[in-house]
Amino acid sequence: MQVTGTVLKLSDVGYRWPGRWAFSLTVPALTVKAGEALLLLGESGSGKSTLLSLICGTIPPNEGAINIVGTDLAKLSGGGRDRFRAEQIGVIFQQFNLLPFGSVVDNVLLPLHFAPKRRKRAGDAVAEATNLCKALGLPRDIIYAKANKLSVGQQQRVAVARALIGQPPLIIADEPTSALDADSQATFLELLFAQTAAHNTSLLMVSHDQRLCKQFDRVVCMEDIAQVKRIAA
Amino acid sequence: MILRLALASLIARILTVGMTILAIALSVALFLGVEKVRTGAKASFADTISGTDLIVGARSGSVQLLLYSVFRIGNATNNVTWKSYQDIAALQNVDWIVPISLGDSHRQFRVMGTTQAFFEHYKYRQGRSLEVAAGGIMDDLFDTVIGADVAAKLGYSVDDPIVVAHGLASFTEHKDQPFRVSGILEKTGTPVDRTVIISMEAIEAIHVDWQGGAQVPGQSTPANVIRGMDLMPRAVTAALVGVESPLQTFAMQRAINEYSEEPLLAILPGVAMQELWGIVGIAETALLAVSSMVVITALIGMMATIFSSLNERRREMAIFRAMGARPATILGMLVFEAVVMAAFGALLGLAFLYIGLTIAQPIVDSAFGLWLPIDEPTIQEVWVILGVICSGAIVSLAPAIRAYRMSLVDGMMVKT
Repeated sequence: MQVTGTVLKLSDVGYRWPGRWAFSLTVPALTVKAGEALLLLGESGSGKSTLLSLICGTIPPNEGAINIVGTDLAKLSGGGRDRFRAEQIGVIFQQFNLLPFGSVVDNVLLPLHFAPKRRKRAGDAVAEATNLCKALGLPRDIIYAKANKLSVGQQQRVAVARALIGQPPLIIADEPTSALDADSQATFLELLFAQTAAHNTSLLMVSHDQRLCKQFDRVVCMEDIAQVKRIAA
Repeated sequence: MILRLALASLIARILTVGMTILAIALSVALFLGVEKVRTGAKASFADTISGTDLIVGARSGSVQLLLYSVFRIGNATNNVTWKSYQDIAALQNVDWIVPISLGDSHRQFRVMGTTQAFFEHYKYRQGRSLEVAAGGIMDDLFDTVIGADVAAKLGYSVDDPIVVAHGLASFTEHKDQPFRVSGILEKTGTPVDRTVIISMEAIEAIHVDWQGGAQVPGQSTPANVIRGMDLMPRAVTAALVGVESPLQTFAMQRAINEYSEEPLLAILPGVAMQELWGIVGIAETALLAVSSMVVITALIGMMATIFSSLNERRREMAIFRAMGARPATILGMLVFEAVVMAAFGALLGLAFLYIGLTIAQPIVDSAFGLWLPIDEPTIQEVWVILGVICSGAIVSLAPAIRAYRMSLVDGMMVKT
């Protein structure tokens, strides 16, 4: 899906953690342009995970707007946000990305079950899954292998294929390289960038590893865009 | 496809899932088995006597009369005089009448005096007649026919001598008149199996030297003298009556109950049997309650299994959530899992039941005289299976709702 302009735009987003020890996260502004690869640097406890949950719509903000390809997530219902995430966002975790009991192709096609439009965009989904795996340097016959038989590096690439299938405009990656050794990290990122560039997909990656900076279009630090504060009770 | 993945997830946990299914299967098999035994026992019980229209005895309660005349449990409060017996036999519409005289025993088994007609008219299990397994029906005064259990328990074979004791559980035996086993009956599963049958005359014969319940001291009439005596019975304990047409049964029952010479009671065996089963029915309900508890326990076991799997499956749920699954989808998947486990368990339980029945049927029949029919599943059994599956879905709601909450809180970020 070709998108021009801004893919992600957060404005004056505020979120308060529920519970007795009330903390709040505020993000005045954050944008990701179409086709842009943005690295968000931050230590643990800087609110990265919460920010990703807000962008993915698993938690709603208390105030502000989260615009993704023109839709404000804050205005959608919980189910609506889930559907929207399935349609528009590819998600890659740090590790344990795959359902261990499913095959590679089961895992790659998984988001399409919750996203009919994305399924339509994918066309022949199995063929696209096969092509993506091939493009990501995975062995040809891997797609029917069981996910738990794969190496960690292979699993991360399958997770990339799953994020890319049906060409969502935005990919969110949460430290996808931290479980890989240095060589694998480099190859993994090369393949990821090649694919996002080929489909003009925006990439928002979170990491604490500053060595990755030079490969991204733009780098922002968590403390520059967001504030975590304790609220007086 | 999501359901296929849910199944794949189950298969990946085959050990715990298998154990859960096995527990449900065994509980369902137990429940259905108890139900089978219960209905089988009820049917066998009702099959104890058939073809007899009325049982006549001295006036007491209908259940009591049934118990002592058919089941050899308890004693008659009074006898029926031979005159009354003959008056009943002479009634119009009486097709046949068989006298029964009880009160003596051989070891722990009851001795029953009757006539040859007993073997002709006593029917059980929908009209089956008594069959002689070895020897023949008694044709001498001191001949006896014994039930299958008597022969098996005491190790008797045809032509063995036996001694009848006067009274029940008594040590004063009628040593003077030893009997001979002339025949052994086939196993019937009725109290006949535990009965020593002699002729009405033989009952009189063993009491020749007895007066007022004690042996006359020093008096011992030899067998050959007894054979020459008039052994006309003086009383009977009860009588089995067959009427010419079932329509006349009630009229005859009333006639006997209104007999003016002596207070008598005539009962319809089926009605008294129902009354008796009503009393026994409490135990039956208790049995059913216990076996349903076992099913509930198995289902709670499944709930515990699902609960304990939730933590290790947080990652799995987070992946589903990240891919766009709603929390409701997670809830649905868990309920689906439970339904699959319960359904497999229930069907496996049904299979166990049939395997068990096939193996146990001949054993139970010969050991207890209890016939367990192997039929296609009854409507009730189908309801039981559906009930187990629905209950499985209901109990799974507790862990499923917990998973729903967890996936709402966790979202797609699980710190592992």
